[in-house]
Amino acid sequence: MFRYSLPLLLFAGLVVLFIFGLQNDPRKVPSPFIDKPAPAFQLGTLHDENKIISIEDIKGKTSLINVWASWCVSCREEHPLLVNAAADNGLIIYGLNYKDKRIDALGWLNKLGNPYKESAYDQDGKVGIEYGVYGVPETFVLDKQGIIRYKHIGPIKQEDMETKILPLIKQLESAS
Amino acid sequence: MKYFLVLLLVSSLKIYAADTPLQFIDPDKAELYESLLEEIRCLVCQNQSLADSNAELAQDLRHEIESMINNNQSEVDIKKFLVERYGDFVLYRPPLQKNTWILWLGPFIFMIIGISVAIFLLRKQSLNANL
Repeated sequence: MFRYSLPLLLFAGLVVLFIFGLQNDPRKVPSPFIDKPAPAFQLGTLHDENKIISIEDIKGKTSLINVWASWCVSCREEHPLLVNAAADNGLIIYGLNYKDKRIDALGWLNKLGNPYKESAYDQDGKVGIEYGVYGVPETFVLDKQGIIRYKHIGPIKQEDMETKILPLIKQLESAS
Repeated sequence: MKYFLVLLLVSSLKIYAADTPLQFIDPDKAELYESLLEEIRCLVCQNQSLADSNAELAQDLRHEIESMINNNQSEVDIKKFLVERYGDFVLYRPPLQKNTWILWLGPFIFMIIGISVAIFLLRKQSLNANL
């Protein structure tokens, strides 16, 4: 009996392992930035290359930094959610426009709405490297001190917004 | 024809992604550059190294590494720079630490289990044969 049941048990064990394994998304790599200060940067804004935005402008309030580009298909997917969150929930969202053409990016915002308080224009992706960006869209949640508290890789879905991002922001805002 | 195929195979061994051919004057730097590219994972196409990948991010990181090497930064500095931004996962050989020990020691554990099972079965078999 043992002889036959052992391989079967082993097989069942493997199946269970694989089922769990398949549910992991290999693109979701743990971020080394959690609970670390957001990297410093200085960039011209998307709307006005002479207007400089830096991390100091972002500090002071709980906010999101959303890395986006007009060429990025899944950014389009999450965009309405950001527009709503900015309008209805008063979320402060900064954009990091990543490796984009200025004219394309501006056209995109005109067409789909602009949820961003300001978008920094990272044409060559250097600031993207500072932030360890590897799959646009990516979204960082910053507390008032400018510490990164959460990083979302890939498009934000309604569920992520409701169960993770909004509650976290509420919690960070109530903290001193 | 056969020799031609062999020649093709051999000559394709060292081909890097498009923008790579670089002029480091110092051969040590060139060597460091090549060895680093083999050891760093491209996070966009995760089973390729920076040397293999044509993803835009890989190109940017190659340039970043190139300029760091030209600024005389060491292998340790460059790896630290990348790990700080992309995590241990960016290294194909992550350091042995609390969350990676199973990765490093797992194969040996499985080998020991395998050998024990094999010995157990072989013993049993020879016992049976002796009966």
